[in-house]
Amino acid sequence: MWTYNKVLQYPINIKQPDPKLAKVIISQYGGPDGELGASLRYLSQRFAMPDQNSKAILNDIGTEELAHLEMVGSIVRQLTKNASLEELEAAGLAPYYTDHGVDVYPQSAAGVPFDANCLACKGDPVANLQEDLAAEQKARATYEKLIDLSRDNPDVLDPLRFLREREIVHFQRFGEALRGVQDKIATKHNMYLNNCKKNN
Amino acid sequence: MLMDDNNCMNNNQSNREEMLHKIKCLKFAITDLALYLDTHPNDEKALCLHNKYCKELRTLTDQYQKMYGPLSIECPCNKWRWLEEPWPWEGGVS
Repeated sequence: MWTYNKVLQYPINIKQPDPKLAKVIISQYGGPDGELGASLRYLSQRFAMPDQNSKAILNDIGTEELAHLEMVGSIVRQLTKNASLEELEAAGLAPYYTDHGVDVYPQSAAGVPFDANCLACKGDPVANLQEDLAAEQKARATYEKLIDLSRDNPDVLDPLRFLREREIVHFQRFGEALRGVQDKIATKHNMYLNNCKKNN
Repeated sequence: MLMDDNNCMNNNQSNREEMLHKIKCLKFAITDLALYLDTHPNDEKALCLHNKYCKELRTLTDQYQKMYGPLSIECPCNKWRWLEEPWPWEGGVS
């Protein structure tokens, strides 16, 4: 189970609203490579993993992603708080404002609401961990694009750079977990395939 | 001798389950009181109960983790014991 800690993992103090940036950064909240999808992907995959290391790493990274979800939501909130209606309109946020006002809603930069199609639980530990490695790379690439777009705003760049670095650490840990699973498959193949029992 | 060992293990196991049951009860009571206090922040009786349960939880969690291993990743240990026990969805600490 979980308990909440009333702190952000990394500080976010954005002094000036910038709804144009909010409109793109929201993709890491509820977009295809965002933190919500990452968390659900890992926390769902962990149940049927074949060894303790991969269960633990999926559990613990899935938990950290929830902290990142909160960070991205905080960035979006601070970028839109106190923005004028004219600034929201100029940023192309009139449709968003119509449906969600100033709430933080999980959607992509293009306005597509969060969809669990962005995560896979394939029932195969190797396929799942390969999916996770790709997911971390896609999230890193997305943060790099957001860092490009935030080039003039040091208050936004700083937490985005932190989040990008965490993707790299997660990629490293998933790689280690995958190697562990593959080594075990090589020695005890049937134990680690994780399929349903078959009647002979 | 064998009997004694078994008894000892059974006692150990039942003590563990008993401690864990108390921890789960305290955690649930704290959650429920926190929800109530969110909408009734000036209720002295609820606040008093919340304080009491938080203190009991801290003491009991410290004791439990020293004896049986970590319940969260924020528990310091001499060796990494996070991987040792089954996960709650596997009939471990559930």
